[in-house]
Amino acid sequence: MSETLLKVEALEKFFPVKAGIFKRTKGYVKAVNDVSFEVKAKETLSLVGESGCGKSTLGRSILRILEPTGGKVLFNDKNILDYSKQDLRKMRRDMQLVFQDPYSSLNPRMTVRELVSEPLYTHFSISKMEADQRVDEILEKVGLPLEHSKRYPHQFSGGQRQRISIARALVLKPKLVVADEPVSALDVSIQAQILKLLVDLQEEFDLTYLFISHDLNVVKHISDRVGVMYLGKIMELADTEALYEEPLHPYTKALLSAVPTSDPLVKKERIILKGDVPSPTDPPSGCPFHQRCPLAEEKCQNVLPEFVQVRPKHWVACHLVEQ
Amino acid sequence: MKEIIARLKKDKVGIVGVIGVGLVLVLGLFGPWLSPHDSTEMYKEHMLEGPSATYWFGTDEFGRDIFSRVVEGARVSLYVGLISVGIGASLGFVFGLIAGFFQNWIDNLIMRIMDILFAFPDILLALTIVAVLGPNLENTMIAIGIVFTPVFTRTVRAAVIAVKEMEFITSAKAIGVKTHKVIFRHVSPNVLAPFIVQSTLALSGAILTEAALSFLGLGIQPPNPSWGAMLNESRQYMEIAPWIAIFPALFIIVTIFCFNLLGDSLRDLLDPKLK
Repeated sequence: MSETLLKVEALEKFFPVKAGIFKRTKGYVKAVNDVSFEVKAKETLSLVGESGCGKSTLGRSILRILEPTGGKVLFNDKNILDYSKQDLRKMRRDMQLVFQDPYSSLNPRMTVRELVSEPLYTHFSISKMEADQRVDEILEKVGLPLEHSKRYPHQFSGGQRQRISIARALVLKPKLVVADEPVSALDVSIQAQILKLLVDLQEEFDLTYLFISHDLNVVKHISDRVGVMYLGKIMELADTEALYEEPLHPYTKALLSAVPTSDPLVKKERIILKGDVPSPTDPPSGCPFHQRCPLAEEKCQNVLPEFVQVRPKHWVACHLVEQ
Repeated sequence: MKEIIARLKKDKVGIVGVIGVGLVLVLGLFGPWLSPHDSTEMYKEHMLEGPSATYWFGTDEFGRDIFSRVVEGARVSLYVGLISVGIGASLGFVFGLIAGFFQNWIDNLIMRIMDILFAFPDILLALTIVAVLGPNLENTMIAIGIVFTPVFTRTVRAAVIAVKEMEFITSAKAIGVKTHKVIFRHVSPNVLAPFIVQSTLALSGAILTEAALSFLGLGIQPPNPSWGAMLNESRQYMEIAPWIAIFPALFIIVTIFCFNLLGDSLRDLLDPKLK
């Protein structure tokens, strides 16, 4: 677990806001704003944050499904933002995406076999027999009965559909899988099954996951490291244990205090944040969190805290955390 | 394919549509062998006679056999309907796919041209096109085809824009599927439902537009019959000889009805969700 597979440097994705009859750009939604981190081979890095903090946009920008507006994405030490369309298409076999909503992420007019074999035919010129064999293999791995391969997506439950999605992503044996809230749309009982499947497949295929979620309980169980996002920026990034046991950033502390526990007798002190998340069109000056931070000082209002390593393998962007 | 036929067997309404359309097709294809008389032959001693054993649907003001003319007219009406809708639907499908999928200057260009075509009343536009190209059956079909293109373009474009936002399109792109394959394999099968319904509706419209053009002397030329032309010719004798109007009208209604039934059941058959 030392080799770096993916390195994101100062990544930015700004969406222009157009207004008026001439569609002039009036400003930008800074969905992902100067984000840097590394993902090591075979680890699971999770990104958590509230709705609208830019975590999905970040995931999609890394895969260039959304074109980033700045920064670098180094995959195996090569900046994929420099790739031509052809090179990018070839590279896609190593980077796959699993979607949140298994109901809309599968073409309703294709059978399971067609869906799962499509990536194979897209990237390799292989015979039908060979493709069928690989499809059978992966379907078995994700736990779908082979006799279901002629069915259409609508004939499956949400959990089964997510298995199809995973099969579709993994049939190419990618190196990196970006899982964009893969279990958020599922029942809690099914969530556990799918998470277990993802973990098993990771071991089997030596996968690296970038796991995007808003559910801190889900993240805790499967991640090696966790990053907390707020308003398009990463506020804290650390090993899972360190982050959950000893959060340093006030926002992380507030988030963790809101996680429900399974023991009703445990009384936790909740940190209630005031106000709403500010608009990413017009982020506050200084620290993006200062308006809601219970500990904010004057410095926080004016100076943007740098994202620095304060302890071994523990990065925080906060003025109040001592190095 | 076997599966589709098996499912069609269970769909009673669909069977009615298939049989109806089949019968009309048989009439159109084998008309000359089925009709007892020549469709343009005038039997002067039998003018404006009611239905009888010799003249099943009666005769018109020139003593021509209505049944033979209806059979002959089926050929013309179907021919015009299918070819002109074929032209309009294919053009509209391609334009709609391109406009909806790319949504850039091409979209703007296509849709503004369609808006211009939309701005004219159907008949006026068809008239103008036929007047420019010259009045005959082929040009009538081209004109009707062009008149119907904007409706198809708009229908398909709207459906494409809705489908394009679905995650499975993003998924295909993330896998690295090429753009033309995304359009053909993922977008176009999912816009078929409104397209097929629109086609069956347009078919009836095409038959009626052909009738109107024939009436104005720009479609099929007399003495050759089409259902619309017969209907229009019947106006003056409607009160004394209603059969001249009733039979072609009946055939138009039944044909269009059967095409609509077939369209509905086709749409359901092609939708795997309704299996």
